[in-house]
Amino acid sequence: MEFLLASALGVTTACGVYLLLRGRTFSVVLGLSLLSYAVNVFIFTMGRVTTGAPPIVTTGVSTYTDPLPQALVLTAIVIGFGMTAFFLALAVRAYRDSGSDHVDGSEPVHPEKRSP
Amino acid sequence: MNHLLAMPLVIPAITGALLLACAGNRPQAARWISAASTAVTAAVAVLLVMQAMAGDYQVYAVGEWQAPFGIVLVLDRLSAMLILLTAVVALAALAYAIAGWDLRGRHFHALFQFQLMGINGAFLTGDLFNLFVFFEVLLIASYCLLLHGLGQPRLRAAVHYVAINLTGSGVFLIAVSLLYGVTGTLNMAHLAERVALAPEADIALIRAAGMMLLGVFAVKAALFPLYFWLPQAYSSACAPVAALFAIMTKVGVYSILRVTSLVFGGASGAGADLTTPWLLPVALLTLGLAALGVLGARRLGELVAYMTIASVGTMLTAITAGGVAGVSGALFYLVHSTLVIASLFLLTELLTRQRGSSGDALVTGPALQQPVLLGIAFLIATITVAGAPPSSGFLAKLMILQATLPGPAAVWVWSIILCSSLLVLVGGVRAGSQLLWHTETTPDHNARAARPAEWLPLGALLVCGVALVLFAQPLQKYTDATAQQLLARAGYIEAVIGGTPDTQPRPLRPGEPL
Repeated sequence: MEFLLASALGVTTACGVYLLLRGRTFSVVLGLSLLSYAVNVFIFTMGRVTTGAPPIVTTGVSTYTDPLPQALVLTAIVIGFGMTAFFLALAVRAYRDSGSDHVDGSEPVHPEKRSP
Repeated sequence: MNHLLAMPLVIPAITGALLLACAGNRPQAARWISAASTAVTAAVAVLLVMQAMAGDYQVYAVGEWQAPFGIVLVLDRLSAMLILLTAVVALAALAYAIAGWDLRGRHFHALFQFQLMGINGAFLTGDLFNLFVFFEVLLIASYCLLLHGLGQPRLRAAVHYVAINLTGSGVFLIAVSLLYGVTGTLNMAHLAERVALAPEADIALIRAAGMMLLGVFAVKAALFPLYFWLPQAYSSACAPVAALFAIMTKVGVYSILRVTSLVFGGASGAGADLTTPWLLPVALLTLGLAALGVLGARRLGELVAYMTIASVGTMLTAITAGGVAGVSGALFYLVHSTLVIASLFLLTELLTRQRGSSGDALVTGPALQQPVLLGIAFLIATITVAGAPPSSGFLAKLMILQATLPGPAAVWVWSIILCSSLLVLVGGVRAGSQLLWHTETTPDHNARAARPAEWLPLGALLVCGVALVLFAQPLQKYTDATAQQLLARAGYIEAVIGGTPDTQPRPLRPGEPL
């Protein structure tokens, strides 16, 4: 279970970072979303992976799951969602105003395509 | 409990919500409400400073949940001073915005209040996750404020600014949850205790989390090599927003100072010497490169933005190289630099507006309509920011240089601080002579001259800078006491979670009995 989660986190983060470094705003949005998914699951696992254990003290139970990371991840999800929505709106506005979806606001000029 | 402590958060939060309701159709009312709220927050800040001067820590347990289980707000000398400084800069920026900028987009005042709430919260909170939340509050407000007025340069700068800060937030969360996973707490005082007692096996993880945290704070503070977002963002923001942003890099510096002195402040244990090997070189590099940036800037806004980065470099140099006296000097410098950089951003806009199509580019443009007044303001600001006598910058740099004198790094610190001061002065003088003297003979008659409502906040900020010189001794006494309080962390820990030592320095593992 831990190995599976850790591998999934690693792959998601790697994909997120790769997309984040692309030149188009849409890839950047996707990259940031993947990164925030990975972060959210990471927060969750930091409370240790347990199954079938209650988060609240009950008589006759000796194993518990940590409720705090669940509260933290909820906050992080809400904030991440809001930020992604904002960034999407910003990207659309930047595309409308500049006519380019490149993160620098203009199409990059390749040396070989430059007119002499 | 002292409810005054929560006021710097509660007042802007309520005002912001109120302003959202009335901003669209009643611009005048929005102005008055926003100004009144900011003034009341400033009055509260003065009271808080007076309380903090007694030397005790004030702890406010939100909802009466005891630390470390609930969130606490902690007031010490440092937080009180920074909240007052924020209020002063905010008043000036708001007064300037009311002279016209606030009507160029909806909800300026609401966003302004949320920004203040985020900044004050970051300065007050004693909980690491709560610090993240307040960072997000101030960031989302700053994204919208940066876009205020729109236009392509702002949109482009905002895309970069938002992307880097969202990435930073992700790393912040990883670091915070890693610390939680290893130590089982998020309260900073409690963390400080547990980090010091961490078993051998956890030390590497704790140090990794600490470095990630400091990396995130370095993004906010704009340290080398993470400052490249700043010049474009700050120079494209409208003047009152850029003036308010002068305090934002200081939030990063504050966080570095708080976390290194409190959580990773022990002489032994996992946090020992976490930043020692690299923070000083990085701070010096930041300072040197920023000074070169000032010299190479082609626009006035960019030049002032590089001055902001230079101020961060100077502060962190002092904090890492000077011990108690260095921290005191850095705090004095923090107050001085925030005020002067805010005034420079306001001045940039006044100058730019009278230069027609040349804008703030450092090229020959139309003559200014008010060359004498603008010239005097520019002269005072440049002398202050470069640290030439008799300005407050000179006193602050003197304190910093004296503090680092016996240390092994003194050669580097002295030479880089002095050389960069010279470069900043040269850069400022070059810009000033280009803007004020090397002009065409006729002014641009269509340009709008600066009005009294715009001179007032600029003048007030410059007068505050002069007041720092006149009242340097009381301020120095205050920063000395602040530095001592900050570096003696036992008092903070005791005030927040009581004197009983923590005997269980790690969280429960799954399957372990309660």
